[in-house]
Amino acid sequence: MKGTMIRGADIVVQSLIAEQAEIIFGYPGGAIMPVYDALYDYHEQIKHVLTRHEQGAIHAAQGYARVSGKVGVCLATSGPGATNLITGMADAQIDSTPLVCITGQVASHLLGTDAFQETDVVGISMPGTKWNIQVRRVEDIAPAIAKGFYIARSGRPGPVLIDITKDAQVDFGEMNYTPCLGFRSYRTHIPVEKNVIQQAAELINNAERPYVLYGQGVVLGKAEAELKFFLDKSGIPAASTLLGSGALSQDHPNFVGKLGMHGNYAPNLLTNKCDVLIAVGMRFDDRVTGDLKRYAKQAKVIHLELDAAEINKNVKTEVAVLGDCKESLAMLTDAVEKKQHPEWIARFRELEQMEREAVVQHDVTPTKTGLTMGEVINKVNQYKADDAVLVTDVGQHQMIAWRYFNYKKSRTQVTSGGLGTMGFALPAALGAQLYDYSRQVICVVGDGGIQMTIQELGAIMQTKAPVKIVLLNNNYLGMVRQWQQLFFDKRYSFTELDNPDFVKIADAYGIAAQKVTERGDLNEAIEDMLIHDGPYFLEVVVEKEDNVFPMIATGCSVEEVRLS
Amino acid sequence: MKRYTIFVITENFIGILNRITIIFTRRGINIDALTASESRLEGIHRITIEVTASEETVIQLVNQIEKIIDVIKAFYHEDEAVVYQEIALYKIPVAKLDGGLEKVIRQHNAKIIAAEPEFVVLELTGHKEQTQELLEILKEYDLLEFARSGRVAVAKRMLTIDSFVK
Repeated sequence: MKGTMIRGADIVVQSLIAEQAEIIFGYPGGAIMPVYDALYDYHEQIKHVLTRHEQGAIHAAQGYARVSGKVGVCLATSGPGATNLITGMADAQIDSTPLVCITGQVASHLLGTDAFQETDVVGISMPGTKWNIQVRRVEDIAPAIAKGFYIARSGRPGPVLIDITKDAQVDFGEMNYTPCLGFRSYRTHIPVEKNVIQQAAELINNAERPYVLYGQGVVLGKAEAELKFFLDKSGIPAASTLLGSGALSQDHPNFVGKLGMHGNYAPNLLTNKCDVLIAVGMRFDDRVTGDLKRYAKQAKVIHLELDAAEINKNVKTEVAVLGDCKESLAMLTDAVEKKQHPEWIARFRELEQMEREAVVQHDVTPTKTGLTMGEVINKVNQYKADDAVLVTDVGQHQMIAWRYFNYKKSRTQVTSGGLGTMGFALPAALGAQLYDYSRQVICVVGDGGIQMTIQELGAIMQTKAPVKIVLLNNNYLGMVRQWQQLFFDKRYSFTELDNPDFVKIADAYGIAAQKVTERGDLNEAIEDMLIHDGPYFLEVVVEKEDNVFPMIATGCSVEEVRLS
Repeated sequence: MKRYTIFVITENFIGILNRITIIFTRRGINIDALTASESRLEGIHRITIEVTASEETVIQLVNQIEKIIDVIKAFYHEDEAVVYQEIALYKIPVAKLDGGLEKVIRQHNAKIIAAEPEFVVLELTGHKEQTQELLEILKEYDLLEFARSGRVAVAKRMLTIDSFVK
């Protein structure tokens, strides 16, 4: 089929439409202007959201990708526009978020000459992308975009950068879009080996205290139902990582809590008591394992993982089940015996009770006058919809919100896990909300993080995205302050903030807002927020020097998890 | 710590070498030598990397290299499992050419591959220990310049790259 000759910029937009992209988050500038000019003609087929900073655009694309499971798309110009995407790419790379980022580049004859707004973004972004390419000829645009989408969404997902020179955007070429279906150097499907499943099943069937740790791989592999069936049949207790939260409903009888530095007491402690550890779609991050030399040494480890480079990277594996966990979990479910582990699960429940008395009561039903972050999240939990999406930033509020949010559905957890990017939440919430206007999107942020991307209130105003923003304000960079208190002799070096009047800022953006300082006003304020038609900004002033517990301090073992 | 040779079979894609070396620099691992060339098959490149590290580290490096989208296959070998050579060139002033030097050249099986009015260029192909030994001797002959290539190597086992490319 012969296509008609159109401009490269039109090829860019038509290619995005061919890949069924519904929305682009972006910011215009010199080297990407031809694409913006083309977008003017396609506004009925593809939506564009103008953020207030390129970092906002990429985090919004991440938020969109995380809740939808689709590829997030963002668009920026060359030079500073492109470099402002770097943080988001690094974030998407470490959290396996599928993105296609398109940047404009100076005309090809100017490459390498330090031209205006020229930067080697392909070079700069190399460690932070799954794949990247510079396109200098119009005929290479459509194949690059096709390959980019394929790479971003297949296998272990990740960010892709396509840098297109300005001359390629204005030259005329033929539009003949062929989706990419694979190529020889990149294999996405690894068949699960039956004998490996047998080995794993044998270990599980002979185990007395088996234990499942699940991560985001379950969500990315769309294996939520397979995980549930496996747990139903095997009776094994299961704990989630930060990004795995939501893959299994917390109401499931085998769910025993959350793992990691600020996870629950029992799941961390008992990691060193199980005899078989079954890791599903998780990568043994240092925030989960603590000191590796003292991590689950007594256990035989079974690792269900798609990415071969993760096997034996941090934890030595007895049985490596390479492949898609949607397949391997189903095969494993067939191969294991139907069992229950009531005594083993009871040990988790006992320790859970200890955590409740030592930590949860203080957090959720405090006796002091100051409000706690935990009680705010607990109230949000009471009023939120079952499928509400929780978007968080990074720090104390992130850990508290994660601890107390009751995850019931998959893809309801959006946070910056691996990279820990402050400023992530506000734009990510915008992206998550724009995927579905009717869904409740609750954005919990701290007073530090929100000021890193507060300009995106402008994009929220312009799109009327009904994001519910809960600012937990303690006038501190709280997590850093907590560490200064515990490990640096309370030397609070540059962590206290003199903050602006946030309600006035929200008001200036035309966003309904209120500030709560008293416990008695909290219920009503949260109700007001959740029923409000449109975006809402709720500032809650919380206790200044409260700490997040349990905690596994750096260098400690999971069994040294402390309650205070 | 041991010396390993890593073979990488790749598509001919701009920037691929950069992506590979990043994996080493990230972990603060020095590449002892690196050679890139075309392979027997059109469009396929092979990169040979010499590195000193623990086997555990080398396995992780190879896994991460293989994860690169345009890398077809990566594997590693100990020195005993590869046939390898390096080439060294030595520039010596003509004034130093005497009976002593002639003996050195003969003993080491080196060749004179260029002769100019002021200098001659010697070539020696072999393992690093051999080219290094000659280097130490020639330093006494007012050596003007020295250059040594990275390792070129082929694996001893009967395996061709065709099986990875299909």
